[in-house]
Amino acid sequence: MSAPADERVPGDAAVPESEAYTLTVNGRPHAVPSAWIGASLLQVLRRELALPGAKDACEQGECGSCTVLMDGVVVDACCVLAADAVDADVRTIEGLGDAAVPTDVQRAFVAAGAVQCGFCTPGLVVAVHDLLERSPEADTAAVREALSGNLCRCTGYGRILAAVADVQRERAGRTARADGDADRASRTGDEGGAA
Amino acid sequence: MPIARPSTLDGALDALASLPGADLLAGGTDLMVAITHRAHRPRDVVALRRIAELDRIEVTDTHLTLGALVRWSTMAADLTELAPGLAMAARSVGSPQIRNAGTLGGNLATASPAGDALPWLVALEAEVELASPAGTRTVAIADWLTGPKRNARADDEIVTAVRVPRTDGPQHVAKVGPRNAMVIAVASVALVLDRTARRVRVGLGSVGPTALAAPEAAAEAGAAIDWDALTCPEDAIERFAAGVAAAARPIDDHRASADYRRHVVGVLAGRTLRRCLAA
Repeated sequence: MSAPADERVPGDAAVPESEAYTLTVNGRPHAVPSAWIGASLLQVLRRELALPGAKDACEQGECGSCTVLMDGVVVDACCVLAADAVDADVRTIEGLGDAAVPTDVQRAFVAAGAVQCGFCTPGLVVAVHDLLERSPEADTAAVREALSGNLCRCTGYGRILAAVADVQRERAGRTARADGDADRASRTGDEGGAA
Repeated sequence: MPIARPSTLDGALDALASLPGADLLAGGTDLMVAITHRAHRPRDVVALRRIAELDRIEVTDTHLTLGALVRWSTMAADLTELAPGLAMAARSVGSPQIRNAGTLGGNLATASPAGDALPWLVALEAEVELASPAGTRTVAIADWLTGPKRNARADDEIVTAVRVPRTDGPQHVAKVGPRNAMVIAVASVALVLDRTARRVRVGLGSVGPTALAAPEAAAEAGAAIDWDALTCPEDAIERFAAGVAAAARPIDDHRASADYRRHVVGVLAGRTLRRCLAA
């Protein structure tokens, strides 16, 4: 079922190439000079733009390993026609964090043992970041629902759910500390104002 | 130029006229799978996602008009009051990623026997709205779905919307597949109790070459229901389940046997009717 490394057949008029186009990925324009018209966003990210973070597994919108953000919503890059993604804001795992500067979600995945073979991890990390932006206090059912489009064959999901909970606790703690600081500051200010 | 990216319906119709036979691309969740797995080779593409006029929901006193580009995630979130059955069906589609991309118009155009919106549209006798350079026309859903993955679209037409009557009363949609998430239905049922017309409306999915109606079973159940109390004798519910099973025209395939599908669609018919009566 898997497609060959390159669908283009040089000189085959029945397989036209698209005109050149530009994709905006992680805030930067990327020229795509001559991709095959039928190429998916996943194929173009990996083969033309050297952004292999989105993984290529089922290529039919089932596994979620190619999850990216397109105009702020999670989609499967394998189900997006790359030539139709012009003028969209595409965000991939490369735009979130890397080994040198991992995000809190990536650190939590590593710490909780939520990464085993690692193939599903980039898609899951994108999905978790999206969920916690929209819904920082998502309960377990909401987390499971939000990650239902990201298959993991190694972990059994327990460690992944634990990692998400760790991030939620850590972020809530930071917010509480920041609120506490703000409260103390505002109380001091109030007392000053009331006096 | 093999791809057109119009931002208006007129622009899309012009593009389709100049690229005859072009693929119409909406959310991509069906077309891209067909392309990547080499079931289809695209020559030209008219990409529709920028056409804001097709991404709208219009509500009148009597009807609901849903634009072809309305996505599953929007249906699931925004239609829980106006079209609860469709919202339920939308929640059962694919994954969050798929629901953020796939559209109602795409479901109509793909016309899969398992299309998740189609039983509900059949139950409500929806009208598919089409535009072409010659003008517009509407096609009854039963005439639109001409076979498995076949529809009544002419080459120069684009699906713009689908229109359903607004009904007063409970709705329920149920679907059976091998697991809960990301499942293609083995059988599904959409049931609408239309209290104003005192009618049971039902549509069946994945148990025939297209989504099917079951008019005789629905009429018999409608006659048995006490519409003021919204109750129904248990034996009439059982007859409804058997009548729906009898109306199915399932086949054996890699997902399920015909016998199992017929059994399941009957069970789902009884279950959806009980859920509506208990609502």
